[in-house]
Amino acid sequence: MSDSLSPRDWASHPAYRDPGYKSTGLRGPTQPLVTLPAGIGELSGPRFGKDFVFGDDADLTRNGRVNGEPQGERIIVTGRVMDENGRAVPDTLVEVWQANAAGRYVHSRDQHDAPLDPNFLGAGRCATDADGVYRFLTVKPGAYPWPNHFNAWRPNHIHLSLFGPGFGTRLVTQMYFPGDPLLDLDPIFKATPEPVRTRLVADFDIEVTQEAYALGYRFDIVLRGSAATPMEG
Amino acid sequence: MATKGQTPSQTVGPYFAYGLTPEQYGYRLKSIAHPTVGGLEAGGGPRILVEGRVLDGNGDPIDDAMIEIWQADAQGRYPGTDKAANSAFTGFARCGTGTDKDKRFIFETVKPGAADEGQAPHINVIVFARGLLSHAYTRLYFADEAEANAADPVLARVPETRRGTLIAARHETDRGVVYRFDIHLQGAAETVFFDV
Ligand SMILES: [Fe+3]
Repeated sequence: MSDSLSPRDWASHPAYRDPGYKSTGLRGPTQPLVTLPAGIGELSGPRFGKDFVFGDDADLTRNGRVNGEPQGERIIVTGRVMDENGRAVPDTLVEVWQANAAGRYVHSRDQHDAPLDPNFLGAGRCATDADGVYRFLTVKPGAYPWPNHFNAWRPNHIHLSLFGPGFGTRLVTQMYFPGDPLLDLDPIFKATPEPVRTRLVADFDIEVTQEAYALGYRFDIVLRGSAATPMEG
Repeated sequence: MATKGQTPSQTVGPYFAYGLTPEQYGYRLKSIAHPTVGGLEAGGGPRILVEGRVLDGNGDPIDDAMIEIWQADAQGRYPGTDKAANSAFTGFARCGTGTDKDKRFIFETVKPGAADEGQAPHINVIVFARGLLSHAYTRLYFADEAEANAADPVLARVPETRRGTLIAARHETDRGVVYRFDIHLQGAAETVFFDV
């Protein structure tokens, strides 16, 4: 728990209502937010770290297996979770969920006519280490259609949920893949202010890539930090 | 001066359930949190239910929202802080609105005590949903704490006409004490959301 929290930087986050993303029309709050200086209830938060990573949780290519390997292109996703001053956020949980390689979620509401994979659940979690580094294995999620507008397709993406040190540092985001032609057509991605959208796109990294096994992607995540200016030597 | 830009928020989407609330929805993954606050026994004080709906601009309840709560125990101690160093009470719970026939979230917890800073007892709430690009912070205050509410510095920041959106009504039911707290994302009764 820190003793202050820098503001939520609204230049870095999507507005609540966006004309391109239709569901925001009836769901995005319309009244101005009331400023709430961070107190103990915002600076403190639930303690979710490595103790909440069970079994094969960090390997989505294993944790849903029934009788074989999941279909798709194996990938490794890793990165550093840090605050705005570049300081590591250690031992914090990263929860992930995604579509399978065919673009289908294991969810009763997902009626996309693409195959389910009996060996892939598409959900898992990992925790950052002392240096703020997290890492999980999965398969590259497929694009999928959604009803926002005619011929709307979500780009390949992985959903991520993080806690950080306090309730005020909570973040739910999505990681996208470099070079995806659907990015420029996606209202959710494009609801993010243009100058900062690239923060949502992972980098392909040959150093993370594992010989003859899986492609590697790097995705660093920056949570809100302490408001105090750090004294750096 | 911050040197790294915050990672932008994105909507939780319609398919969060098997990642974030798997046991509640019947998926084969262990949940890290449940609609019952963790370590309830250690929370002290009276047990309560907190229930409500998340309503859109048409007043229709939303069945693909997720609510998280974070609170002090009955003694006003937030888990993980010095005062509560050894308590098993986690102060945290999570509930999706997709498993109840009335699209409610229903939490089982204890009524929190007043924590620091002269604030009235309250529960910190985050709303996530499809169509909500950034999560929304609000607070639940208790209708039977009128005196403390009147002195609360955060409620004092809220325009008087909108304060009622943060006050949960108390009901004695055959299930025990239930505080009802509907969250209106829009409309005449739009809930107050905070820039935390
Ligand atoms: Fe998705």
